[in-house]
Amino acid sequence: MPNYLLIESRDPFTDQAVAGHAELAVGLRRAGSAVALYLVQNGVLPCRPGADGDALHEALAAGVEVLADDFSLRERGIGERDIARGVKPASIGLVVERLAASWKVMFL
Amino acid sequence: MKTLQVLETAYRATVEEQDDTIVWLTHAMKGAGGEFGLLLAGNAVCYAVQDQRGPALAIGAWTQSHAADLAGDVARLAAKGVPVYAVEEDLEERGLLDARLLDPLTVLPRAKLPALLDEYPRIWRW
Amino acid sequence: MKTALTFAIMDAPFENSRTVTMFRLIAAALEAGHDVNVFAYEGAVALSFARQAPHANAVHGRDAAQENHPLPRVWIEALLALAAKHGRKLDWVNCGLCVDERGVAEAIDGVRRGTPADFWKMSVESGNTLTAGTR
Repeated sequence: MPNYLLIESRDPFTDQAVAGHAELAVGLRRAGSAVALYLVQNGVLPCRPGADGDALHEALAAGVEVLADDFSLRERGIGERDIARGVKPASIGLVVERLAASWKVMFL
Repeated sequence: MKTLQVLETAYRATVEEQDDTIVWLTHAMKGAGGEFGLLLAGNAVCYAVQDQRGPALAIGAWTQSHAADLAGDVARLAAKGVPVYAVEEDLEERGLLDARLLDPLTVLPRAKLPALLDEYPRIWRW
Repeated sequence: MKTALTFAIMDAPFENSRTVTMFRLIAAALEAGHDVNVFAYEGAVALSFARQAPHANAVHGRDAAQENHPLPRVWIEALLALAAKHGRKLDWVNCGLCVDERGVAEAIDGVRRGTPADFWKMSVESGNTLTAGTR
């Protein structure tokens, strides 16, 4: 099965397409692929403690790896130790590694 | 290597470019030997609607010579053998399930998107 | 030998955070030892326009030198230097028709004009390709 990395740059508070992206991530995972969601830019906003992160929790529960870009977190004053449980901070180099390892990567 | 072009935005810069620039790019790369499929999602499902033709823009004394023919450009891709897909829920949300749509067009529910993505070794989302 | 990677970008300078994310990715790919191809399409062809100029910022209370305003053409020059430092290749191609309609043919040294066929060729010859569309 192919592996998928979805780069989510948008937030669910202003763009309803984001819910569909999380749904796609879950669908790909349930179909048997390894799936990672790399949150970047405003995509990290649901990671803030207390934010509405339902879609993230559903993705995590389905076994999707959810990663938050460290630069984007710092830019928005979201501490890496404070982000929603299960979400891991990551550096952009991880995206390069997955590209080089032939993951199918989509910038959403 | 088969590549699935995934297009979600629609009517972006289509007046001044006189086409959709991703549909255009797909035509150009097909001409260079590429093998493609085209998935219309979000507002881009509107490109599957036949009988739409952009009006010619007029600004002062200037009038556009060739308004975009978006549905025609997609149909011409299909005629070149590019499979065209559209997301069923996106068509339904926009009141398009009963519209006169491109033929051939494969309408897929969101639940079937993982299988489609698996079919293509490369996915380019725009 | 690490696989080459290809990136396609579309956003014009100073319009969207996607531009910064893509520059960070390209830099990370070069740092990791990959050859990198970039196809700049539509507004992104202005990223290498040679006439971008820094300016002062009265709201920040800084003159032009102090403000040191980021310019994408300087970032591309930095990427080219990064590629050279690591012994890697950065092939930056601007879509020619997009350059013409935007009047930005005067580009910095080290980038070149091309066509969709160049993008196709880059993608076929590299290990993976990431496209970042615009909205």
